[in-house]
Amino acid sequence: MELEQNRIILSAKNITKTYSGVKVLDDVCMDVRAGEVLALMGENGAGKSTLIKIITGVEKADAGEIVYMGRPLAIHRPADIYGKSIGIVHQEFNLLPELNVAQNLFIAREPLKKLGIVNEKLLTRKAREIMRKLEIDIDVEERVSRLSVAEQQLVEIAKSLSYDCRLLILDEPTAALAEKETEILFRVINSLKEQGVAIVLVSHRMSDIRRIVDRTTVLRDGRFIASHRLCETTEEQLTKEIVGRELTAYFPPKPEHKRIKPMLEVKNLSIKGVLHDISFTAYSGEILAIAGLMGSGRTELAHAIFGKLPADSGEVVVNGVSLKRRSPSRSIRNRLGYATEDRKKDGLMLNLDIQDNVVLSSYDKFIDRIGLVRERAAARATDEQMERLHVRATNRHQTVKYLSGGNQQKVVLAKWLCADVDVLIMDEPTRGIDIGAKIEIYHLIHQLVAKGVCVIFISSELPEIIGVSHRVLIMNKGRLVGDMDTDEDNLTQEMIYSYSAR
Amino acid sequence: MEGSRLKELRSKKAFKAIQNKSGILLGLIILMAFFSIQANNFLSQRNLLNILLQSSISATVALGMTVVITGGGIDLSVGSVMAISSITAASFMAGGMHMALAIVLALLIAVCFGVVNGFIISRTTIAPFIVTLGMQSIARGIVYIICNGVPITQLPDEFHIFGGGKLADVIPLPVLFMLFFAVIAYITLHKSKFGRHVFAVGSNENTAYLSGVDVVKIKQCMYMLCSAFAAVAGIIYASRVISGQPNAGENYETDAIAATVIGGTSMAGGQGSIVGTVLGALIMGILSNGLNMLSINYYYQRIAIGIVIIGAVYLDSIRSKRR
Repeated sequence: MELEQNRIILSAKNITKTYSGVKVLDDVCMDVRAGEVLALMGENGAGKSTLIKIITGVEKADAGEIVYMGRPLAIHRPADIYGKSIGIVHQEFNLLPELNVAQNLFIAREPLKKLGIVNEKLLTRKAREIMRKLEIDIDVEERVSRLSVAEQQLVEIAKSLSYDCRLLILDEPTAALAEKETEILFRVINSLKEQGVAIVLVSHRMSDIRRIVDRTTVLRDGRFIASHRLCETTEEQLTKEIVGRELTAYFPPKPEHKRIKPMLEVKNLSIKGVLHDISFTAYSGEILAIAGLMGSGRTELAHAIFGKLPADSGEVVVNGVSLKRRSPSRSIRNRLGYATEDRKKDGLMLNLDIQDNVVLSSYDKFIDRIGLVRERAAARATDEQMERLHVRATNRHQTVKYLSGGNQQKVVLAKWLCADVDVLIMDEPTRGIDIGAKIEIYHLIHQLVAKGVCVIFISSELPEIIGVSHRVLIMNKGRLVGDMDTDEDNLTQEMIYSYSAR
Repeated sequence: MEGSRLKELRSKKAFKAIQNKSGILLGLIILMAFFSIQANNFLSQRNLLNILLQSSISATVALGMTVVITGGGIDLSVGSVMAISSITAASFMAGGMHMALAIVLALLIAVCFGVVNGFIISRTTIAPFIVTLGMQSIARGIVYIICNGVPITQLPDEFHIFGGGKLADVIPLPVLFMLFFAVIAYITLHKSKFGRHVFAVGSNENTAYLSGVDVVKIKQCMYMLCSAFAAVAGIIYASRVISGQPNAGENYETDAIAATVIGGTSMAGGQGSIVGTVLGALIMGILSNGLNMLSINYYYQRIAIGIVIIGAVYLDSIRSKRR
């Protein structure tokens, strides 16, 4: 029994993976043993998700090997993992919203009657059994789209468990869960542990780690940092390992800043269940960072300020003008811009050219009396921005789809520079771009604030937040839990992490 | 210096625009060469003008269709909207109304259908395909109610000028109308702020919205514009046959979509060309005219047209992949 408990179920050996020239995993190793919960830890972008994708066959590693139950693991398509008794609960749900819970649990392996007709009765009964065993109180005949996010999470977990797995991977399973549902999940995890299942848990929450984890493995910048038994380490040490990177010299020195002229005032902004009574003021020439874990409400706050998300109450004042009934077009007219988190989804028009993207928010500057575009002026403005931002492209008529990530991001920013905004909210402006482009974007932020623009900088990367901002707001579960001056308060990554992961 | 560089770039852009259309232009030339060898009279002035005349009405409809498809939508109701303007203009004139007034009123009434299309599509999540499919049936039903299923004839002779008149006794007026509206559509889609916003909405609606584009207004205007082109086409159609036909415009939506996609406009939105659409309509016209001259059975013509539609779009898709 002792032997069985210590047996290594899965071992990732020297995994290396490169995405378009950037090494996201570099010689990473990880072992998981039967009957233990291993916490896979690291900041966003540390490589956790990529490692999991490689284990589950979504991505192929460039080098290295995955050994599962003593043999190399060969997975050709994601569905193969079920045949190998591996279960995974993704951060994003993979449920079909228009089917009911039972149908989702048994998707692609429905019990059949003669002639291939689904045996709905048996299906429902089996689903009920699963839910009863896990003590999850959800009606299996309810459509998934009508469940709360937490309930959907539990269904997702139940689905993975119903495959009878030897290895279960949970990618941030508690991010969307309330206290009570977290309890249910932990109980399930503990009972699986006793049955000898190996569990990999990706989580940022120290409270999760303390409660159920046996061992930790920390990744940082795509590299393996350390592995400990939980009893042999401390929270402080873990935090240090997670954020540990030195504040490397690549952040340019911050421009001087004095708080004189308020540019953006947010007063008592609330959205039920999402944002709770958020108030702050940002000043002309200030770089104000917003920190917080995924699901902390950072992006929702940006959306509510910009008018993409309707707020239940509260006020937003830009440069002295109160924005009533906010909408993106009204905000832009009042010189408030928002560079979105996901440039491909809602930041760019990928099949149009650079010029079309750059001038999109400022056509009013480039039209004559009857609404025709003054092509020459628009072209000149585009060239100007391309030069200013060092956009590398053959010319302004290159289709944006074919630019690199860094250059695409510059095109997004060029659009807002072209629109002459007073306040620019940047949501993860450096995500997925290389170091060189990151530094250029930091310089650009400095150029902007030098002209009196107020930059709201949202980022998951703590060194970047400290290296770039004058002041940091920290969000946790929809609330502002910290407001600190980066230099005066001698802000450290550990401080931010402890506020946001509490 | 700066100016000459801009000019150079602009001429490059113009060259690129021609290059982008070179495939379809080439197809058009090959078709013409083929038919001129096979049929003696194909290249005669009379026949070429005839081709232009035959394609002009469906080309006019296709102009509006191009705007809508570029904006990421589709309008299946254009044929019925043509019938609405035909039948209302005819019934007003048959009732003794002054011709100019009858035409203006008929156009306004027909455009109302586009207003309703745009209103529903821009403010709900019902797919444009469904909304305009429904409107196709509704408008056609209204046409039959107005005329009781019977063509409206005995219209004033001067009404024939729009469809039957000729400039300098040579160029048919419908061709001139088509060219005139093509220029308007070209400026609207390719040169105006509205047009750029149409491309933006068709390319990525989320991005457009978050960049300050009034997506609701753009969609509303797009469908209005499309029905306006269809309404004009309906008047010209009625004028050509000097009557209001209840089945006017049937299947014109299919021809308009075909001309649009042959012209290189992407059904996915965000990519469109008025010049391409006019060429696309001409290809359709040449094809049916040429096959007629070779006295090929109408049934086989349908098959040939179908093959051309699929083949043209396939060629365009592999060309754009290579770019």
